[in-house]
Amino acid sequence: MEKIVDLRIVEEPKRPIAMHPKKFGMWLFLASVAMLFMSLTSAYIVRQAEGNWVYFELPTLFYVTSVVIVVSSITLQLAFSAARKDRLAAVKPLLLVTTVLGLFFLVGQFYGWKQLVANSIYLVGNPSGSFLYVLTGLHALHVVSAVVFLLIVCLAAYRGKITSTNTAQMEMCTTYWHFLGGLWLYLFIFLLLYR
Amino acid sequence: MATIDIHPHTSVEHHDEHEHHEHHGNFWTNYIFSEDHKVIAKQFLITGMAWALIGGILSVLFRLQLGFPDANLSWLKPILGGWLTPEGKIDAEFYLALVTMHGTIMVFFVLTAGLSGTFSNFLIPLQVGARDMASGFMNMLSYWFFFLSSVIMFISLFISTGPAAGGWVIYPPLSALPQAISGSGLGMTLWLVAMALFIVSSLLGSINYITTVINMRTTGMSFTKLPLTIWAFFLTAVIGILSFPVLFAAALLLIFDRSFGTSFYLSDIYIGGEALPNQGGSPILFQHLFWFLGHPEVYIVLLPALGITSEIIATNSRKPIFGYKAMVGSMLFIAILSFVVWAHHMFVTGMNPFLGSIFTLLTLIIAVPSAVKIFNYVTTMWKGNIRFTPAMLFSIGLVSFFLTGGITGIFLGNSAIDIQLHDTYFVVAHFHIVMGSASFFGMVAGIYHWFPKMFGRMMNDKLGYLHFWVTFVGVYLVFFPMHYIGIAGFPRRYYSWTNFDTFSGFADLNHLITVAAIVTLAAQFVFLFNFIYSIFRGKLAPANPWESNTLEWTTPRVPQHGNWPGEIPTVYRWPYDYSKPGAKEDYIPQHIPFSETPESNLPSENELIKLESNNGSPIVVEDKKHH
Repeated sequence: MEKIVDLRIVEEPKRPIAMHPKKFGMWLFLASVAMLFMSLTSAYIVRQAEGNWVYFELPTLFYVTSVVIVVSSITLQLAFSAARKDRLAAVKPLLLVTTVLGLFFLVGQFYGWKQLVANSIYLVGNPSGSFLYVLTGLHALHVVSAVVFLLIVCLAAYRGKITSTNTAQMEMCTTYWHFLGGLWLYLFIFLLLYR
Repeated sequence: MATIDIHPHTSVEHHDEHEHHEHHGNFWTNYIFSEDHKVIAKQFLITGMAWALIGGILSVLFRLQLGFPDANLSWLKPILGGWLTPEGKIDAEFYLALVTMHGTIMVFFVLTAGLSGTFSNFLIPLQVGARDMASGFMNMLSYWFFFLSSVIMFISLFISTGPAAGGWVIYPPLSALPQAISGSGLGMTLWLVAMALFIVSSLLGSINYITTVINMRTTGMSFTKLPLTIWAFFLTAVIGILSFPVLFAAALLLIFDRSFGTSFYLSDIYIGGEALPNQGGSPILFQHLFWFLGHPEVYIVLLPALGITSEIIATNSRKPIFGYKAMVGSMLFIAILSFVVWAHHMFVTGMNPFLGSIFTLLTLIIAVPSAVKIFNYVTTMWKGNIRFTPAMLFSIGLVSFFLTGGITGIFLGNSAIDIQLHDTYFVVAHFHIVMGSASFFGMVAGIYHWFPKMFGRMMNDKLGYLHFWVTFVGVYLVFFPMHYIGIAGFPRRYYSWTNFDTFSGFADLNHLITVAAIVTLAAQFVFLFNFIYSIFRGKLAPANPWESNTLEWTTPRVPQHGNWPGEIPTVYRWPYDYSKPGAKEDYIPQHIPFSETPESNLPSENELIKLESNNGSPIVVEDKKHH
């Protein structure tokens, strides 16, 4: 017996799960930056295990800059949640404070290097010092790029382009900034533990 | 009667509607600074082919020295100029530069950028059903970073101190000290700058590929319906994102050593009896960092080729790929393993023998997924109605090389035998077959197969067959004898062996290799002619010349910006429904719903019809379960 099945629309074929492509791309970029620093810190451990390693004191300023970058992450997060809730008046000052704190961090790192030089730790010399400068310098370079990104977001905020429905760019910037803050804490604790 | 849940048909607003009309930019925005993935793919392809030609010519130059060490090459004076000695022989240091540049160009510029750059860019949006890459701008940037990198690397070929000459692996201290070899001066600096730009280009590309595959798939294109090409490109990009930053770190520290006087890789070096100030560095550290990229790089080169051949072999065998999930699984497994085997390149660096046996074990495990892949290729072809197109021949060639070269990998992966074979021509034979030739064949197969979609015309088959047979036989003639030479103990990278009596018995083999290399290179000009001629004068291609299932063949003959003139097709089935029993034709493209093919559906697929939209009209299906 032939059975006839009558079929009508039930359900559309599933749309694949997708997220905002640019935000996703930002996470992938962060993965590659993470790999860069992981390979350098791994190289650090491997090199240290071979001996002939000069012990160094971390500059006291690095404690201050660590606090600064954590505070800047908090202010940026506040700015971001303000933007999401459309409290646009709070966004601009918080963004500016974050940017200024970011610049403070960079200046602090620079003076931290000066403290290192005063302690006779130079870029050229035992690899322990060279690693210290390369790790902190490379991180600072990334922070410079993030500050530029922050300025772009600031500009967008002052042009009124950031609203609760249009926060993708700001979210990417926030992600990047938190990542760099976390990366600094990782580097700082790493350097404290393995000197 | 089946019970049916009816969900209201909600029409989805297409946010990309503004892209449906054709774009009319000027020459610069259409062909030079284009953000269209197809144009960028062609830019990568043509740059890659130019590099392949340069890399191939360099190899023939140093093969001339190896095969005919006494020949007078003064007829090459117009090209090589000062790099020939007064007796008409290639300068010894320039020989090393030739070897270095051949390796760098082939590994990075041809088989990474030329292969991934071309086919990931071209096929990902077309096969997942997207209008373009996630970010067209980043994609354009990726090409132009690569172009800039190419220009700098090309310039380095012509500077008076010669290009980098420390081997493509640029081990310090040789690469770190300009006093060591003239190529480690400006040539090495340019090499590092070019590679830094190359890494940026590769990362931009990889980020785009992954984002597009994950986020831009068309309706219905689940991961289990992705063509294997896309799986391969996707995993390649993941490997690239994780490994290229490590090369960047290695190069960065080398730049500091070379230019700022640090001692990451340098220690206890005496030049002319005087000690260098650098103390405390470790050259082995560089090798660890380099090979942490270097080994995954092998799979960055190989996986896209394997993906391309999976697609071509299934299409031209008119059979579903055998073991789709096993293919995906083995690629995934290869990708993971590629990160934990790097030290097998370093067995003779004095590493702990226990560590050596761990890396041996991990290396040999790669044989398992590789064997699964070869088995699946062969079983896909088994009893298929094979169509021997040039693309298919090159794909079969790849399978052959993957097997031959893979077997020697089992020897080399053993730390015990590697100590004997390390840095001999056995290694050269191994990786040129399994990585070089196999990936090159994958790339060429891809060009033959997707040329109709790229340029709207067909390539000439006869010339394709000629190209295949000469190249296939040529590759074996070049690299097979190298195994014997290597077992006999010939070290690689040596300028000349005429001073060693032991090796004079192999002079005839070296002649043979050189002659075969020249013939193989000559055959590539047949391909080049075919390629260029067919772009302008080839037969017009039908929309789906290979009767293939994937989405790119549903586009017009020459897809415009945005790929599909109307809506993007929806995907209902996997891409390998070839020769399905009961079907009218021997292929059913991915966008054909099961409701249109009641004659060939499996019972489980009849169930899936319920998931398909039918735009209101009821579809009557014979239920084959009760007849």
